[in-house]
Amino acid sequence: MNASNHNSGHGGRVEVRGLRKSFSGEEVLHGVDLRVEPGEIFVIMGPSGSGKSVLLKHLIGLETPDAGEVLIGGEPIATPGLMDRHRMAMVFQSGALLNSLTVGENVGLYLSEHRLKPAPEIEAIVAAKLDLVGLKGAKDRMPNELSGGMKKRASIARALVMEPELILYDEPTSELDPLMAVTIGQEIVNMRRRIHATSIVVSHDRDLAFGIADRIAIIHNGRILCVGSADEVRATPNSVIQEFLNANFKPV
Amino acid sequence: MFHDIGQAILLFWRTLQALPLLWIHRRKVLEQLFEIGNASLFMACVLSLFIGGVLALQTGPLLVERGLGNVLGGMVGLSMCKELGPVMMAILIAGRIGSAMAAEIGSMTVYQEIDALRTMNISPINYLVLPRIVAICIALPTLVIFAILIGWLGGAVVAANNDLISVPYQTYFSNLESLVQLGDLANGLLKSFAFALAIGIVSCHQGLQTIGGPRGIGRSVTKAVVNSIVLILILDYFLTRMMIHL
Repeated sequence: MNASNHNSGHGGRVEVRGLRKSFSGEEVLHGVDLRVEPGEIFVIMGPSGSGKSVLLKHLIGLETPDAGEVLIGGEPIATPGLMDRHRMAMVFQSGALLNSLTVGENVGLYLSEHRLKPAPEIEAIVAAKLDLVGLKGAKDRMPNELSGGMKKRASIARALVMEPELILYDEPTSELDPLMAVTIGQEIVNMRRRIHATSIVVSHDRDLAFGIADRIAIIHNGRILCVGSADEVRATPNSVIQEFLNANFKPV
Repeated sequence: MFHDIGQAILLFWRTLQALPLLWIHRRKVLEQLFEIGNASLFMACVLSLFIGGVLALQTGPLLVERGLGNVLGGMVGLSMCKELGPVMMAILIAGRIGSAMAAEIGSMTVYQEIDALRTMNISPINYLVLPRIVAICIALPTLVIFAILIGWLGGAVVAANNDLISVPYQTYFSNLESLVQLGDLANGLLKSFAFALAIGIVSCHQGLQTIGGPRGIGRSVTKAVVNSIVLILILDYFLTRMMIHL
């Protein structure tokens, strides 16, 4: 798949320039540069603690960089009103559903809080999105009654409702069985097909990355080691990348 | 500490700026009001009944001994109105509601629910802080009115039935009526409004600052309650001084 084939003008372009971030004096991002094209599915892979999730949080404005900048559609992320002009959604690793609301209320929260649609229409949209992620009939259940996978799918439904230009996924297939992981991967591809959203996926699931990505970036110790198509990444001779991509259990 | 104070003041300022959106969030305010009232009204009544009773029991025999039994109603009335009602209710609410606010917002912070709100362009201040602070600012003065009335009653019951005091209900209440002015009640209500603001801001701020897991939530709850109580007592002194000169 090539990103340019999917440019519809709906997805947002994301640029990261010289991004640096430290926590308690320890630098976790050492000048990251990235460019994600509109409509592209871009996967950021790397071992645990490599700075993937911190990078993702910068892309949606949940963290403020110490140096460098993040541009969404050419505008700095901190520009007032940017979130209104460029709808962005994030699917959290834990789902991050509001525990005090039902699944239906969670999914429709964006529309109801911003008063974008009348209540009956919101209900219809919520039902359709829950149906889409295989959670038909879960509208009135509370998040604590759902399994990890169901929470993640509800979180995807919540993101779908926003019809975002840019959608960020933090470990979308962790805690999921292989069948559900494939369904979620397929859903990420379908979402791009349906609403032409730019998708940035943080994951260490190699199957997912090689299955859905237009381009993959490998991050290690807060530095981007390589960016390219699945074949280009596989062919990179860097030993850290090869070790990461080929890690397997050895028979005893 | 100064960083914390600065951030709490900033939170207060942002909540003030969000006030025009109050009508949109009225349902959440009502839900919070119900939570606070439902959780605290019974306890507030029990607490104030005994405070009024103890006040009469401690001072009654001394006053009667000196032939001043007829001023017991006014003394209990003024004490409940200007000091004990607002302060004791504020401490009760800091323990019951402030802790719940810090725990709820803290767990939402730790489990990324606040981040999820931000990604949906929903301000946690408008969605979570504003309804809670408005609700506590309505609920605490209302509870204080109940507390004062029940406290007066508690004092009257003890005054009338304790053998060492034996001040009849009529004497007690007529003295109370002549001594306690509407301004004294306003004094107590104004104090309780300031205490409610302090509890709301401190508790929401501690919740939003929570880091780590369950231990972090526990730490935030403890800090919310302790800081609220300290702030209530400091505010009480300065407000009392201010009101003396009014």
